[in-house]
Amino acid sequence: MNIDTLISQRAKAIQPSPIRRFFDLANAMEGTISLGIGEPDFVTPWHIRDAAMASLRAGETAYTPNAGTLQLRQAIADYLYARFGLEYDPKTEIFVTVGASEAIDLALRVLVDPGDEVLIPDPSYISYSPGALLAGGKSVLLPTYAEDGFALRGDVLRAAITPRTKALVLPYPNNPTGGIMTRPQLEELAAVLKGTNVPVIADEIYGELTYSGDHASLAQIPGMKEQTILISGFSKAFAMTGWRLGFVAADRRFVSQMLKVHQYVIMCASTMSQAAAAEALNGLLRGEFDDVEKMRRAYDQRRRYIFDRLNGMGLKCFEPRGAFYIFPDITCTGLTSEQFAESLLREERVAVVPGNAFGSRGEGFVRCSYAASLKNIEAAMDRMERFVKGRQ
Amino acid sequence: MDKIDAALLELLEEDARRTPKQVGVLLGLSEAEAKARIEGLEATGIIRGYTTLVDREQMDEETISALIEVKVQPERNRGFDAIAEQLYRFDEVKDCYLMSGAYDLMLIVEGKNIRSVSRFVSERLSILDNVQSCATHFILKRYKTDGVIFEKQPEDRRMVVSP
Repeated sequence: MNIDTLISQRAKAIQPSPIRRFFDLANAMEGTISLGIGEPDFVTPWHIRDAAMASLRAGETAYTPNAGTLQLRQAIADYLYARFGLEYDPKTEIFVTVGASEAIDLALRVLVDPGDEVLIPDPSYISYSPGALLAGGKSVLLPTYAEDGFALRGDVLRAAITPRTKALVLPYPNNPTGGIMTRPQLEELAAVLKGTNVPVIADEIYGELTYSGDHASLAQIPGMKEQTILISGFSKAFAMTGWRLGFVAADRRFVSQMLKVHQYVIMCASTMSQAAAAEALNGLLRGEFDDVEKMRRAYDQRRRYIFDRLNGMGLKCFEPRGAFYIFPDITCTGLTSEQFAESLLREERVAVVPGNAFGSRGEGFVRCSYAASLKNIEAAMDRMERFVKGRQ
Repeated sequence: MDKIDAALLELLEEDARRTPKQVGVLLGLSEAEAKARIEGLEATGIIRGYTTLVDREQMDEETISALIEVKVQPERNRGFDAIAEQLYRFDEVKDCYLMSGAYDLMLIVEGKNIRSVSRFVSERLSILDNVQSCATHFILKRYKTDGVIFEKQPEDRRMVVSP
């Protein structure tokens, strides 16, 4: 049997993530300090873990409804209303997914027909383009610029829209740049999108982590709610990456189609994770726990520190305003992103992720995550400074 | 007391050796501003001092601590304050609180060994006129003090690189 000939063209067309090679390299090295990790360094707060244990003790080990427990959907609806003034019906306009990742895949699958174009800001998180490709479409990358704080510009969006455009992915606060979209910037995009038939897949997973005022959701812009598929989750705000839990809030016509696919391929998200997530949101809404704010404050302090150090060693960088990444420009070293990341790893045992892993516009940058202890960030910056000084 | 002072105190409670410059960078203040704020907090007495948190169990010379519940007769005019002072002036007394409930004062007393703590109880504490009774509980193991967990915490379990 020739297995290679069995693999679909669609699967073969997907490139393996460049981060994978880097992971193998970094993993093999002792004493590495990693600023290459895309998840919180905090452990899920105890009261949330405790809720999961209580759920297990109570014997809640069966499937939940496909859309998730009504208790959790209600908590999500309450949260979206309290936080953004957005009203969604928990019975028909909200459902629970296996991470925001599943939600993104579902959105692309129910929207994209063969040949359709999906607009994706560049640089961005690595999953959107493969997702569009797997759904039979193709990705069209929209350049973003450090001088705009890596926000997506209205004129760039307008120029990219064609009759084949099926969706815009809007991932802000942004991984890997730390860029956000302010309300005026969102209004600029809304002005372009209104009157088009282009829905927006708004990946707002980092929405709780902003450092210059509250996160603005595209769905809050008047007239945009119907056009927005709002995706978020628990991984980043509550340090719950391993629980694999996200959610979708959108018009019921989107939700019913996405839920249909979800029913067939997933059934439902993990039951104990849902119990934990309900506790996470309800604890936040009751004002009983401030772990989200505490973690946000810790990231904010590290953000200031790492920005100060990178600038101090002569690497230009945009001061990040969301998520937990900083994206310094490393062109002054004369190295490409991959050369920089690989040499830094080999010579100084510091792992960062080459910017080109997130799209061609990421070339000339590296992504440093400050979801690491201040002590480790300090040590990593000392090593990186030594590395950069030798090359300027 | 504003939000910045609160954040500043949190940083110093976590690590009192942080310099004004370091604190300033973390909070978005200049070094001079951070220094002025710290001095202000010291002057008003909100910052009472800087100490070192020691895990005595790891030392060769072990010490022993006891939590002592004390029932006392309050004094006319001065209430519990006079008897409390008489107790907290002893160097052995590390903490002293006035409590609601079944007893009045709670002391945490530290000594070289069980005998020295017993001696404190029998020779210094019980003989005081105002002390009606006391119950001594020796501390067997310290899990968490002032928000610091003493058990070794697990290492970072995350993958080295992830998207």
